[in-house]
Amino acid sequence: MSKTTTDSSELATPPVPPSTPSLAARVHLGQSWRTAGILIPFLILFAVLSISSSAFLHTTNLINILDQQASTLCIAGAGTLVLVAGGIDLSVGSTYAFAGVTAGMVGQHHSLVLAIGAALAVGLVVGLANGVIVSVFKISPLITTLAMSYVIQGIALKVSSGNLILTGTIPGFTTFATAQFLAVPSAVWITAVFVVILALLLSRTNFGRYVVAAGGNAEAARLAGVRVGGIKITTFVLSGLAAALGGVIDASRLGSVIASSGGAALSFTVLAGIVVGGTSIAGGEGSGWRTAIGVLFIALIGNGFDLLGVDPNWQQIVLGLILLVAVGLDMWTRRVRR
Amino acid sequence: MPGEHSTGSTPRGATTPGDDLVVTGVSKRFGGVPALSDVSVTIRAGTIHALIGENGAGKSTLAKIIAGVIGPDEGTITLGGRALHMRSPREALAHGIVTIAQELAIVPSLTVAENVYLGAEASAGGFVRRRESRRRFRELVERVGFDLRPDAVARTLSTADQQKVEILRALSRNASFVVMDEPSAALSSHETDALHEIIRSLARAGTAVVLISHFLSEVLALADTITTLRDGRLVRTIAATGATEESLIEGMLGRSLSTAFPTKHPCATDAPVVLEVSHLRAPRVDDCSFVLRRGEILGIAGLVGAGRSELARAIIRDTRPSSGTVRLNGEELTGRGPRAAIRRGLVLIPESRKDLGLLMGRSVRENVSLSRLDLVSRFGWVSRARERRLVTQFMDVTTVKAASMALPATMLSGGNQQKLLFARTLMCAPSVLIADEPTRGVDIGSKRAIYDLLTTMADEGLGVIVISSELEEVLGLAHRVLVMRHGRITAELSGADVREDAVLAAAFADSGVS
Repeated sequence: MSKTTTDSSELATPPVPPSTPSLAARVHLGQSWRTAGILIPFLILFAVLSISSSAFLHTTNLINILDQQASTLCIAGAGTLVLVAGGIDLSVGSTYAFAGVTAGMVGQHHSLVLAIGAALAVGLVVGLANGVIVSVFKISPLITTLAMSYVIQGIALKVSSGNLILTGTIPGFTTFATAQFLAVPSAVWITAVFVVILALLLSRTNFGRYVVAAGGNAEAARLAGVRVGGIKITTFVLSGLAAALGGVIDASRLGSVIASSGGAALSFTVLAGIVVGGTSIAGGEGSGWRTAIGVLFIALIGNGFDLLGVDPNWQQIVLGLILLVAVGLDMWTRRVRR
Repeated sequence: MPGEHSTGSTPRGATTPGDDLVVTGVSKRFGGVPALSDVSVTIRAGTIHALIGENGAGKSTLAKIIAGVIGPDEGTITLGGRALHMRSPREALAHGIVTIAQELAIVPSLTVAENVYLGAEASAGGFVRRRESRRRFRELVERVGFDLRPDAVARTLSTADQQKVEILRALSRNASFVVMDEPSAALSSHETDALHEIIRSLARAGTAVVLISHFLSEVLALADTITTLRDGRLVRTIAATGATEESLIEGMLGRSLSTAFPTKHPCATDAPVVLEVSHLRAPRVDDCSFVLRRGEILGIAGLVGAGRSELARAIIRDTRPSSGTVRLNGEELTGRGPRAAIRRGLVLIPESRKDLGLLMGRSVRENVSLSRLDLVSRFGWVSRARERRLVTQFMDVTTVKAASMALPATMLSGGNQQKLLFARTLMCAPSVLIADEPTRGVDIGSKRAIYDLLTTMADEGLGVIVISSELEEVLGLAHRVLVMRHGRITAELSGADVREDAVLAAAFADSGVS
């Protein structure tokens, strides 16, 4: 059959009307808008904060921001894959808390490696459960992960009796996230590596292509031979693992962990970061590095408002408006290409 | 059939000329493609007027114009001498014109009575007056003679009873013209009889019924007048008396095959069998068996809804067959989903490229390589250079014209989008290709290119199945033709038997006539 590929080049080539360039130009504009939509505001905000606040452009402040955002960045990086594949994961906040609690409790009696392993196992199981319920039992991901978030939070509270677990006193536990390398804490390094891997996974691998196809047009993807169900399950597993990693990082970084941390607030912050980064809530479109910028953009607003002494309530209002603009921009680019 | 249509030819109802609906010189184009050209028809009150023609002849377009769903580009519609300018079904309703479409428009969770009076409830101060509604419903049902409980939930009714609900709704709005698009397509024979009785009683009561039907026996049994359309043009309007299935079929075709097709090179009759389907059953596929040989182009004809696409989807295991086997190159095809079939060399180009084929927002490159990313990647990592090289190669073979490989698929013309799917398919190096409606919505130039592609693929040893609603296309390409009806293969035509009238006869027949 390889003959077909080489020999049939002498086929008749009838004239074909070319696609209209004006429309093509408009879509390219739409595409670059998506990228510019997050990068330009981020740079402007960065510049404005650098000028208006003397404390902002200090290495300590910038590293602090990254350190605080480490867990959110990890979770949002994996959440991008879930969203691109056409799903959504609202259980990450609870998984984060449960994994943190697990790591803390196991760490009190066993080695650090075992503690981290147990926490990641929690994330894996939750992610697998989410994925199987969504893909096999065809229940909407929104409902599945919302329900799962209650279950997980309940289990976390039950297991820890709602108590604060001190991890700062465990020898070696805090070094996992706070060890310094080139004056940057290990939490930031771990996050950087993890997010880069996820971003490359989405943009450069077969798996990433299948994720995009599954979210863009699941039916077409299936007929083209993509295992849509398996792909979606994998994105949920990655999301669960990322939430667990985030939980361990913060349990180690903050010196204590409690089952009521994370929760819905964290899930929504993660989602906001992904959407502000320009990843489509409708699936089939998105990028890991834009999510990272989206999360940091939101973090900069918070940091800037703190430094400039603006009423923190404004922070929420501004974030809400930015979210609407981000979603509006996504809808607009989609309409342009119809 | 001859004995049957005597019942349909009896004159009935008072034909007051003032109530006639007159369509004069109506034309309609969709995106530059003419769907109707200069059609004039008079529909008399109290008669059953059938519209017939092949798929795409313009019947549904004409019906939609009469029902106010779409407006004509040219021409006028007058009712009782007054010109109508309807911009919506609601305005048509004000003139007493109601459509009962193929897809029923009832709310499954509401009761029969609620559905009938949906949007026109008897109400007082915003509250529905149930007692009043029920009284009106009883009166209506008695007038028509339907046996329907007002409190039954619509979901629990049979399709025929659901249609009754729609008819009641039409009557409750005092409809004088009822347009029915394929009303019996989804009904069992028992239900069809009941529907026919309803249609007759409507006409007796003075309502004009415009009936679109693929079933010629039904048309002959019911209609007073029959209008035949072909390629958007009026062929003729005749009285049903004296018409036969043969004369109607003759009216629907009557064009010579254009020479726009590549020369056929029929394969040897002893060429090896590449695909063998035996006794396949799946949803809407009923006991289908056939073989496909190396180098053969097999056409599958039939009306829309005859089960052709469903057969294709069952063969590639997209739907799980309930029984029967598919053998590819002598080996039974097993495994789940299309992926297994693609890996074994059996590929489907699905019927709707926008919904089932392409990722419209993604690049040309991604769309072509999707099925065989393994060819352009190492350890799961896509090599962009390798991908670009291979995709270019297959785009050349399939003559895709795109300004850039990075353009999203939406930016390409319909023909080029279709060719992208061919490029993706060729990249899979298949031994059997099933192309479902390969030229739908494609310009003339690309059509010819796609015909050439299909022919070349067969010449190079693929088994090719072409499913098409355009009879001309099936006849022009296929070496052998299967005709499907109600999920069954009702005829197999080869050699000199591959003729338009033979295919139509089998497609329209009530049972396996060949």
